Amino acid sequence: MNTYEPPIFELSGSGKVGASLPAVGVPTSELPSELLRTDDLQGLPELSETEVVRHFTRISQRNFCIDTGMYPLGSCTMKYNPKIHEEAARLPGFAHIHPLQDEASVQGALRLSYELQQLLAEIAGFDEVCLQPAAGAQGEFAGILVFRAYHLDRGDEQRDEVLCPNSAHGTNPATAAMVGFKVIEIATDARGNVDLADLRAKVGPRTAGLMLTNPNTLGLFDEHVQEVAQIVHDAGGLMYGDGANFNAILGIVRPGDVGFDFMHYNLHKTFTTPHGGGGPGCGAVGCKAFLAPYLPGPIIHHENGQYTRYVPEKSIGRVKSFMGNFGMFVRAYTYIRMLGAAGLREISENAVLNANYLRVKLQDVYPVAYDRPCMHEVVLQGKLKDAPDIHTLDIAKRLIDFGFHPPTVYFPISVAEAIMIEPTETESKQNLDAFIAAMRQIAHEAVETPEVLHAAPTTTPVRRLDEVGAARKPVLKYDRAAIAALRGQAASTDDQIVRPTY
Amino acid sequence: MDYQTPQDRQYTKSHEWVKIDGSTATVGISDYAQHALGDIVFVELPDVGASFGVGDAFGVVESVKAASDVYLPVSGEIIEINEALLDAPETVNSDPYGAGWLAKVQLSADASDLLDPATYAQHVAEEASK
Amino acid sequence: MSHYISITDRDRQAMLEAIGAAAVEDLFAVVPTSVRFPTLDLPAALSEAEAASELRRLSSKNADVLTNACFLGAGAYHHFIPAAVDSILRRSEFYTAYTPYQPELAQGTLQAIFEYQSLMSGLMQMDAVNASHYDGATALAEGAIMALNSTRNRRKIVVAPSVNPQYRAVLRTYTQGLGVSIVGDERPEASLADVVALVDDKTACLIVQSPDFFGTLHDLKPVAEQVHAAGALLLMATNPVALGLFQTPGAVGADIAVAEGQPLGIPLSFGGPYLGIFACTEKLVRKMPGRLAGATTDLNGQLGYVLTLQTREQHIRREKATSNICTNQGLMALAATVHMALLGRQGLRQVAEICYHRAHYAAAEINKLDGYEVLSFGPFFHEFVVRCPAPAAEINRALEFASIIGGYDLSADYPHLGNAMLFCVTEMNTPADINRLVATLKG
Repeated sequence: MNTYEPPIFELSGSGKVGASLPAVGVPTSELPSELLRTDDLQGLPELSETEVVRHFTRISQRNFCIDTGMYPLGSCTMKYNPKIHEEAARLPGFAHIHPLQDEASVQGALRLSYELQQLLAEIAGFDEVCLQPAAGAQGEFAGILVFRAYHLDRGDEQRDEVLCPNSAHGTNPATAAMVGFKVIEIATDARGNVDLADLRAKVGPRTAGLMLTNPNTLGLFDEHVQEVAQIVHDAGGLMYGDGANFNAILGIVRPGDVGFDFMHYNLHKTFTTPHGGGGPGCGAVGCKAFLAPYLPGPIIHHENGQYTRYVPEKSIGRVKSFMGNFGMFVRAYTYIRMLGAAGLREISENAVLNANYLRVKLQDVYPVAYDRPCMHEVVLQGKLKDAPDIHTLDIAKRLIDFGFHPPTVYFPISVAEAIMIEPTETESKQNLDAFIAAMRQIAHEAVETPEVLHAAPTTTPVRRLDEVGAARKPVLKYDRAAIAALRGQAASTDDQIVRPTY
Repeated sequence: MDYQTPQDRQYTKSHEWVKIDGSTATVGISDYAQHALGDIVFVELPDVGASFGVGDAFGVVESVKAASDVYLPVSGEIIEINEALLDAPETVNSDPYGAGWLAKVQLSADASDLLDPATYAQHVAEEASK
Repeated sequence: MSHYISITDRDRQAMLEAIGAAAVEDLFAVVPTSVRFPTLDLPAALSEAEAASELRRLSSKNADVLTNACFLGAGAYHHFIPAAVDSILRRSEFYTAYTPYQPELAQGTLQAIFEYQSLMSGLMQMDAVNASHYDGATALAEGAIMALNSTRNRRKIVVAPSVNPQYRAVLRTYTQGLGVSIVGDERPEASLADVVALVDDKTACLIVQSPDFFGTLHDLKPVAEQVHAAGALLLMATNPVALGLFQTPGAVGADIAVAEGQPLGIPLSFGGPYLGIFACTEKLVRKMPGRLAGATTDLNGQLGYVLTLQTREQHIRREKATSNICTNQGLMALAATVHMALLGRQGLRQVAEICYHRAHYAAAEINKLDGYEVLSFGPFFHEFVVRCPAPAAEINRALEFASIIGGYDLSADYPHLGNAMLFCVTEMNTPADINRLVATLKG
């Protein structure tokens, strides 16, 4: 795992091909010479299929992944990704159909999408679902655009503010700003809830809505969520639910039943479509009937055995091409159909059980940000007694040497030295116990041998990386001289660099 | 932790310094500010000729994990920017009061509400103990 | 208990004891009782075999492009994907990892992104490429917003009607709260020259596409000059497959270039997940939305990769970020990376050539048919407009009986063209398929 793999450009050799292509097979036509590319694609490498496969296999082995071990990134829900999902999404009638085909020729795909809409609506307590948004951030964007359209449609034009708790994920304020709203931050109270007094002081006739993650990013279910919704609604505002943490409450409570008007689902979190090293995701959205006319489209409709697409009458418009990330629909659909209602509730029960177990087993060493039962994740602080020079970053890096992916760190920003742990329901007690033992051992090392933490990780393909240098002198693409300079070597003028032998 | 607070200039609560010389002023960020940000990787400066009021954000100083707006302690027009910082932003860390200056301003009004070095040092001590 | 859960009843009992709860239900006492534990009306759970069977049944109700000849493009394209692409994509190390927040554990993902940025930069001849957007349409919309953020007091966007209609729709969705005016595509028949003439000192950018929605290739060098003379930016949408043969955004002088990356190793998959390619000049890098990987060294001096220039992003700048985008299309970018590496310098050109020649052959043959006319708007790549003797929908129904997925019906988006459709021909359409299409059209 520790072997260096050179940039792919350094494996290139003139004349090699890595794909088998057909002959042109028809009489050729004249090419418009003035429109041709003139550089002969000099920037592209030439490799055999063998070399390409070996290169990417080798770099893949420099990754940690869920199938390697516990990956407790808070608010990311890194649960096991079932293998059947990958088979399902690759069925020819799903993977190889064109999005603009005649509806009659894609009834199976439309039916699956329609049924997924219905399933998601039922699970979260909403009336209508649109599957189009590509990620949570795009679901938020669709939702806040819907809020804007709703208020404007009612002639309510002075609402130019969106409220976000200070524990909110960065996408919430960024989304509100992208729609043109002013962002108003709301404080958190001593128990980790929305501070009702601060909310009352800031809500008003200019409030378009409140964006709330519940359970919130502190891993806590807001104890006054219904009251929060009441206050916002009384002021004429709308309630946006960020579904990032929906994994805690499947079959436990429906956001639509506690006052949310609109919500995005993260199919790549809750419904375990794989994270793919950063995407693709799916940020499907659900809402109450009164907001449905503003949803993006198309949405799937079912009547007389026929599945068709429609765009709601006052739609904000489409947020991306076609219907959305259909490959993710197939995976989420498979998951929900295999689990059923009881299976979904088990997910949340075990996710919450696992997080609380970690909480009680670690809170004597790592301060908990808010001392009360958590939901699917727990926020600790990397502030250890008698270890003043140890920070959360050191603890995270040292965890790597114990074989764990670190939790989310330094988020939420409202908690100093935050360590946000989301074990998910798919981890065993054995793994949790090993993680607890590692965390306790690290706390011990922090006092006895802090240099070990400062030096960590030592078991990885690379050690701590120079992020400052990377930002000061960005090298954003392969350049022989720049890479050679980083490696402390003179740039070779030889056209072909010899691949190192292992 | 001791932070330098040279006596020959004035400061703001948001950690900028300003050195007024007749009708022009030089501005930068304080030793405390550069320290709090950590390794500075990028400095964004305004165009020469742009005008700003007191307290307007006129530039950004960035570390790897933070981007901090810099507010103008005085009002006026930018007459010069420290272009050397575009290639060597680390100068703000190494010499915040000298070679790490950010911009020069043609004053459009008399400055007010600035902190003297002693008051600023007190303010820093309070912030640092939080 | 589901087979994905690894906790036994005994484990659960021990854990509850440690927590100090009598039952799992007690962990949810904070949820208001009136709404706690709702009964979800969902279909009964299926075993894996039952689920697989149900999915195969649904899949079989769709006409796929493997068993039918597909001449449909219009923004999503049926291309050859070497088997090695999916073999790499199915490595758990890639698909079950997340955003590389801890670079020491994610060098595989980071090196792949870095190579994606490098290969794509070479293909586009652009200075910088980010780690990707959701798709071509959203890349275009975010490119326009970047143009607005990179110019002063310019709140007008000019867009050609020959830009993909869905891209223009997404552009309008994205900018609806920003107080900008979008002009240029009010008349579907407006020419490129008509549109360029609208660029003025209030214009942030001109958005053009080449090959455009009709497949037409444009020489955009003079357009770039005109746009720059007005102090605006040129945002060019393109097709990465065409760049194997034709003028690149970089050679043209585009400031921002975007494309749908699906044709590079990503299956049609009914419209997603796809890949938004986003590139810009070096001058604009710090205004760029989305993630970026950069090369650096570790404390032993070893080459490594990190996410960089992150202060542009929402998790640091929050409401002042360049965009709310959080994820990239990591796995799709990987597909494009492996695909580009496999095709390489020769293959990328070869695929473009096959598409070009087969499309021109098909166009010439269709043009010979009574009642059909290829409407030439200029040199084209692998799509072309055909005026038909009957509504496109009717013709497509006839083609369906011959197991042919016909072209895109242009009548809704471009009514001035009459009964017209857009055909696409790629290396996946054999000469025999083309001849069969021509014969079926002839009737």
